[in-house]
Amino acid sequence: MSENNNKLNSLIDLLGKYAPIIAFQLYKNNEISLISNSKTLCTLINILKKHIGLQYNLLSCISGVDLLNKNYRFLISYELLSITYSSRLRVKLFINEYSYIPSLFLFFINSNWWEREIWDLYGLFFENHPDLRRILTDYGFEGHPMRKDFPLTGFVELRYDNNIKSIISEPLSLSQEFRYFNYETPW
Amino acid sequence: MLFKKKSLIKSLKNFTLNFGPQHPAAHGVLRLILELEGETVKKADSHIGLLHRGTEKLIEYKTFTQALPYFDRLDYVSMMAQEHTFSLAIEKIGNFEVPLRAKHIRVLFLEITRILNHLLAVGCHAMDVGAMTPFLWAFEEREKLMEFYERVSGARMHAAYIRPGGVSMDIPLGFLDDVYLFIKQFVSRLDEMEEMLTSNRIWKERLVNVGIVDQKKAIAWGFSGVMLRGSGIPWDLRKNRFYEIYNELNFSVPVGIAGDCYDRYLIRIEEMRQSILIINQVINLFTEGPIKAFNSKVSPPSRFDLKSSMESAIHHFKFYTESFTLPTSETYTATEAPKGEFGIYLLTNNTEKPYRCKIKAPGFGHLQALNEMCYGHLIADVVTIIGTQDIVFGEIDR
Repeated sequence: MSENNNKLNSLIDLLGKYAPIIAFQLYKNNEISLISNSKTLCTLINILKKHIGLQYNLLSCISGVDLLNKNYRFLISYELLSITYSSRLRVKLFINEYSYIPSLFLFFINSNWWEREIWDLYGLFFENHPDLRRILTDYGFEGHPMRKDFPLTGFVELRYDNNIKSIISEPLSLSQEFRYFNYETPW
Repeated sequence: MLFKKKSLIKSLKNFTLNFGPQHPAAHGVLRLILELEGETVKKADSHIGLLHRGTEKLIEYKTFTQALPYFDRLDYVSMMAQEHTFSLAIEKIGNFEVPLRAKHIRVLFLEITRILNHLLAVGCHAMDVGAMTPFLWAFEEREKLMEFYERVSGARMHAAYIRPGGVSMDIPLGFLDDVYLFIKQFVSRLDEMEEMLTSNRIWKERLVNVGIVDQKKAIAWGFSGVMLRGSGIPWDLRKNRFYEIYNELNFSVPVGIAGDCYDRYLIRIEEMRQSILIINQVINLFTEGPIKAFNSKVSPPSRFDLKSSMESAIHHFKFYTESFTLPTSETYTATEAPKGEFGIYLLTNNTEKPYRCKIKAPGFGHLQALNEMCYGHLIADVVTIIGTQDIVFGEIDR
């Protein structure tokens, strides 16, 4: 744990001076998160990527989280990896559904698909993204399925109609209501 | 008659070709829109998501125990590597202790899985490029490995064997002997495959200098696993950010020089040899002991306890109906899956279900670079490059 704190302290020393960070988060399992906002994200990422003592120059993945009923509804977290120092860092961004997120395309070319995925599944808009199309869902899909208010069963069902020789989509009809077992007393 | 100067200039339009989704070399359901100039590829726009099953969404509605088998079905050629990552993520958040024997079994199966995956990768790659025989040889060996899967879990592929806190069952009697017999003969099978391919003129003509990725590009594209090592970056999570007992094992990490498809093929072959080394070491490390965590809140009681103690019966019932709860926390856990870094970003909120479980599939990152890797190559090389990326759509589409 102390080693961990040292790591965090040196990081705070390093970043506190230049980087616009709202908060640090340290988890029991040795993972550090920085919280940023959409205005200063690019500056922070730039420092993390270019600083000789950090060199977080590999973006592992970007994930979106829907925190329903919170002030900021969405959380975007960027997993950065520094191969030189063998270290991982997470940058988090809390935003609501109406604001935009700056695209990291200029810093990490592979943010392209990860951001497209978040756009597809959460409906969050990335500013300056070169190619913001849907990626995982079907052509012509409506809605953003990973949002917590999107039902697991979806809204439409597809089938092949042999008479008109094409695939048709109809409103969903379930012979049994979807059952969600949510236990009152988890132990 | 008037001619505008503009309309007199002949303009050549690029030819657009639809590659897949039913193309056997597309490794599943990749739809590529290729823009061609003659036979050279100018742009490759990949359309993915044809195998999207909403795994991440489904997992949010399942308990941790129920969510585990979904991970087998992501990358369906390296099954246990993924359930292992999920188990590790849960263990990290819940602070579960894993007994030593379970760790040995895990490492044994992780390396079996690596061989399983690389055999398919090399075999299918060879077949895409035009060599039929190695594919058949590889599948014969894969069959033997899947038999090992079957012997411990009852399933040939979707094993659900590695569970949070250990593994589901102990290995059967005489199992390690058979694994030893397998690796003893497998080395010569690998040699045969190499004899067929490594210095084969056609194979080299198709692979050498195709799909070159230099170090800078490999990092910029966020590559991992063989794709990163092929470009000459010695980065292996088993070495650099080790888990289980990999730090006690002696193995080396092959690294490429040229960063082309041929290097990556050589790395895959060498990794299989290293896996054999690891398996050999692990077999000798095995000791007697429990194979899952003692805490009956997080792992089910043994059948004997279940039938002899009332408390165990209650635990058993509670475990299989309600699973276990994890405190509010989050983790990004990544392991060296055969295809690269397989990561799980797990958010828990003090319930028995994950709040969010993001799956970072290595193939998703690699496939992005297809456009750049293909640029200027011939159409036939697209197949080589898809093969070298070791694309499996189960994990990319999720």
